[in-house]
Amino acid sequence: MIARSVLVAALLACSGFAVATFPRSVLAFLLFQGSLLVIYLAAIPRWLRWALLAVALLVMMPLIGAYNGYYLEVATQVGIFVALALGLNIVVGLAGLLDLGYVAFYAVGAYSWAIFGSPQANVVFGGGFPLAPGWFYVFLGVGLAVAALTGVLLGLPVLRLRGDYLAIVTLGFGEVIRVLANNLDKPINLTNGPKGITPISRPPAPFGVPYAEYFYFLVLLIVVVVILVNRRLEDSHIGRAWEAIREDELAAQAMGVPLVRMKLLAFACGASFAGVMGVVFSAKQVFINPESFTFLESIGVLAMVILGGMGSIPGAVLGATVVTVLNLQVLKGLSLWLNELKNAGVTILGYSLADLPTQLEPAKYERMIFGMILVLMMIFRPQGILPARRRQRELG
Amino acid sequence: MDYELLLGILPQVFLDGLILGFMYALIALGYTMVYGVLEFINFAHSEIFIVGAFVGVEVLLGLKSAGLLDGLPWPFLLVLVLVAGMAVSGALAVTVERVAYRPLRGTPRLIPLISAIGISFFLQDLIRLIESIWRNAFNLVYPTIDALNIRFELTATLDVSVKSLVVIVAALGMLWALHAIVNRTKVGTAIRAVAEDQAAASLMGINVNRIISLTFLIGGAMGGAAGVLFGVQYGLINPYTGFIPGLKAFTAAVLGGIGNIPGAMLGGLVLGLLEAFAASYLSLLTGGAFGAEYKDIFAFSVLILILIFRPKGLLGEVVRERA
Repeated sequence: MIARSVLVAALLACSGFAVATFPRSVLAFLLFQGSLLVIYLAAIPRWLRWALLAVALLVMMPLIGAYNGYYLEVATQVGIFVALALGLNIVVGLAGLLDLGYVAFYAVGAYSWAIFGSPQANVVFGGGFPLAPGWFYVFLGVGLAVAALTGVLLGLPVLRLRGDYLAIVTLGFGEVIRVLANNLDKPINLTNGPKGITPISRPPAPFGVPYAEYFYFLVLLIVVVVILVNRRLEDSHIGRAWEAIREDELAAQAMGVPLVRMKLLAFACGASFAGVMGVVFSAKQVFINPESFTFLESIGVLAMVILGGMGSIPGAVLGATVVTVLNLQVLKGLSLWLNELKNAGVTILGYSLADLPTQLEPAKYERMIFGMILVLMMIFRPQGILPARRRQRELG
Repeated sequence: MDYELLLGILPQVFLDGLILGFMYALIALGYTMVYGVLEFINFAHSEIFIVGAFVGVEVLLGLKSAGLLDGLPWPFLLVLVLVAGMAVSGALAVTVERVAYRPLRGTPRLIPLISAIGISFFLQDLIRLIESIWRNAFNLVYPTIDALNIRFELTATLDVSVKSLVVIVAALGMLWALHAIVNRTKVGTAIRAVAEDQAAASLMGINVNRIISLTFLIGGAMGGAAGVLFGVQYGLINPYTGFIPGLKAFTAAVLGGIGNIPGAMLGGLVLGLLEAFAASYLSLLTGGAFGAEYKDIFAFSVLILILIFRPKGLLGEVVRERA
């Protein structure tokens, strides 16, 4: 036990050191992220586990970010997607309702702050906008409420539908939201259409912390809250009811589970997390347009949930981390590396890499990654990498 | 309000809608056949459709660079690309079923659906990868065949091109052929038997796996033919083009009644006409407030409403509810 604890702590220290020494190495950063997973999985005392995680996330990560801002950006993105994956995990993993338009809720949250936190709202309400930056914190609640309401609105009509039809309807709903965002620049200019909205106000950063750090900590805080809420939900009446619905709707109804209320609650809960993160996202980016809320994003979040394990909280966290890092770092890294090789005029077996087609950009192959994750997981490990404990017991 | 104008464009809009509708009908067949037999939405069908379009453009570009494009009669060319597109798309559909769906047969409903979504995305980027290595291109343009672009003036406000007529004739011919196969041949009887009850069909000596493969082959070939016609009609394709038409064709299949072949035809036509009218008349009727961009929303709204109020569609029979 003690030996193991020392080993794990040493691993964390080493990986942190590696990142500090090679601030440009993707591998070192991956090692650092891997060490977090090891900390989570290793059989060490609970207090030590949480202490190490806290040191890694609250001290080491911001320090790494001070060396190399890009890593902090990646970590913040990971945090945003962790919250989204946890939200979708409630809808898909716990309640068994396959939502293919999940990003719509994220869009609703993002647009709610973008419109009122920028001069955009003047078009509709005359004057007095953007709101004072402090309103951002109020809008975290507003985004949550609006997204939850949207979730209920979507949930109401689809309650009667079977699983696969429900999936298609939610997909349609997600597209409808995107097309609306894209075209509501006339007759009243509400969303500014494809051009998007900018500049969106940012909240005043406390103690003069740089914005990159500020958003990192804010996202981390929200993720912690979301995880706590999720854990409490999972073990509550509500979570049990959701799982009952997932396993057998008829039986659940017969045992007195209020189907309508529970399904709507699942949509509302899952949507609310996305709504909050949408508000954060719009403030962080300062600019949003409908392109950030495509069907591809919805499938990306679904791939995260499925990779980690449906209905599993650590699974959603792991899935979000792996997929985001793959997209932001591994694919981009491949692209950069390929370009460096091209520019250096490297030849392989007499074939000059400079002759490679310019269209070949590994960074653009997100769909392939998502697609492979979905297919391979379904065929070889449908329960995910870190299956839900209850599910694990069932599948033995 | 300019009623002259509104009435004047009516015939042209109707014709455009008809062509679009036949296109949707052909794609919808793939969804409907697979759903009829397996009760499963083949989400990757939109990519199988667009692969047909890519095969067509590759064959034509190949002939063009060989200098044969102008020398050959156009009906021969058209049949050639149609057959090539159908063969590749059909083979692809069978392969996808073997690799990604067959291992998942008998699992809960959502598992194969998720796998199909994965295949759909994987194929989009696979096409992109192949085309970027092979031609270093993302968008591909169909080479023009002059004979297909000849237009006949029917009235002062209505003209029709040869390629539009080709789409209509080819679609009708294929729909008739399919209907004949399913209803009048031994194979068709086997397909219907498997759709009715897999276990009983296999007890009667039907090789269920082979029939399911055949269903995918036929549906995929129809999708491939639709892809070629789509390319000939609209000219520009890219690896992500197939997705939206695919989704709309699925809407058409549901609208007509999923699992029902004449239903797919009817649904396709209704949806094509609706969309053509929405695209042309929305902005005219609302004074420019709502433009043609809303035509996609239109299709999705139809889908959502149909699924909610009449999930069995216009001609569909009630499907047994399965948990």
